[in-house]
Amino acid sequence: MSRRYDSRTTIFSPEGRLYQVEYALEAISHAGTALGILANDGIVLAAERKVTSKLLEQDTSAEKLYILNDNMITAVAGMTADANILINYARQAAQQYLLTYNSDIPCEQLVRRLCDLKQGYTQHGGLRPFGVSFIYAGWDNQRQFQLYQSNPSGNYGGWKATSVGANNASAQSLLKQDYNEDCNLKQACELAVKVLSKTMDSTKLSAEKIEFATVGRTKQGKVYHHLWAAEEIDALLKEHGLGKQDSEEQK
Amino acid sequence: MEVLLGITGKDFTIVAASKATMRGPTVLKSSDDKTRPLSKHTLMAYSGEAGDTVQFAEYVQANIQLYSKRNASELSPYEVSSFVRSELAKSLRSRNPYNVNLLLGGFDPITDKPELYWVDYLASSARVPYAAHGYAQYYCLSTLDKHHHPDISFEQGMKILRMCTDELKRRLPIDFKGVLVKVVTKDGIREEPYEDEKPVYAP
Repeated sequence: MSRRYDSRTTIFSPEGRLYQVEYALEAISHAGTALGILANDGIVLAAERKVTSKLLEQDTSAEKLYILNDNMITAVAGMTADANILINYARQAAQQYLLTYNSDIPCEQLVRRLCDLKQGYTQHGGLRPFGVSFIYAGWDNQRQFQLYQSNPSGNYGGWKATSVGANNASAQSLLKQDYNEDCNLKQACELAVKVLSKTMDSTKLSAEKIEFATVGRTKQGKVYHHLWAAEEIDALLKEHGLGKQDSEEQK
Repeated sequence: MEVLLGITGKDFTIVAASKATMRGPTVLKSSDDKTRPLSKHTLMAYSGEAGDTVQFAEYVQANIQLYSKRNASELSPYEVSSFVRSELAKSLRSRNPYNVNLLLGGFDPITDKPELYWVDYLASSARVPYAAHGYAQYYCLSTLDKHHHPDISFEQGMKILRMCTDELKRRLPIDFKGVLVKVVTKDGIREEPYEDEKPVYAP
């Protein structure tokens, strides 16, 4: 029965739902978890990278965390191919703004640009919506550090701590429990690995399975973003006793 | 013989524009306002080709206001100047470019600093402490060089402006009908009454 309303994104079902959008959301809830935590001196983004096969060449570069412009980064949950299109669009929009106004695009404006594009695919076309949710982290001089989340419907919101992807409900409740309004970046990183270690399927974390990035400001007030190298992630895991034991590595 | 002057000080930017509308040697009007407010803290004064000026000024004004409404935030004077410069640069490379010279006076409420930009029809833009366009450059820049200081008070600023307009009246062969003076401060844009009737004679 519902089949009649599935095939086109643009048609409401009799219950007033858009099935294709809901299916897209469903697709994302099977993707690796991504989370973001806002601290008073920065933002941390962390993502679970799914290791599909031992034989697959491990990508050294990030596949779930991307730089959008000089003061914004994003974490992806969902279809990476779809995300690439949107990230390319966002980067272009950010540079276009920089060209005309000679200053970086305010974070919310860039998020809205992306969401306007996403929304378009829920209303016209007969094409499928983008199967990605994003978590954005950035800084601008109007609202300082900001964390946003968006989904395939084109809705977005600002958060203090949030997560998307597999197990996001449990991640969200862990964040709600342990989030502290005036934590610093270091404490936020700690919370991020703790939450990831509890929501991920594998019991032991390692640098191959997660990605980490932070946004902050230097003493001179310049915004920096930093995608963590494997050694830095391992050091963090070790510090909090969540790393893989050496003996287990030889299998 | 249009006159545009701009002076920044400690916490203000003064923008003055001549009140005469001219066509060739004829004065058509003596109460013209050659300025447009772009946002709460940015004022644009323009001179140049008759039709182009108002058309361009209102186009820019509408776009800046659209930005404010869409994003519920204001562009800083620097961002406005970049936008205006990019529009002029685009126009310059089109089939019929705008022939407009501009002064952008503003006050940045975030940095708490007055700003002034000198922009010409070739789309060059420069942030300056004081500025003039047209013939006023020849007569006023030396006066401004000598008397201007980055942290002058508003009264001192008005005094320097008076020296400039007196010199212009003394030297320019056609009456520009005095100037309209506007001031941008942290509270926004306001018009400043300016005594203009007193004649000044050349030596």
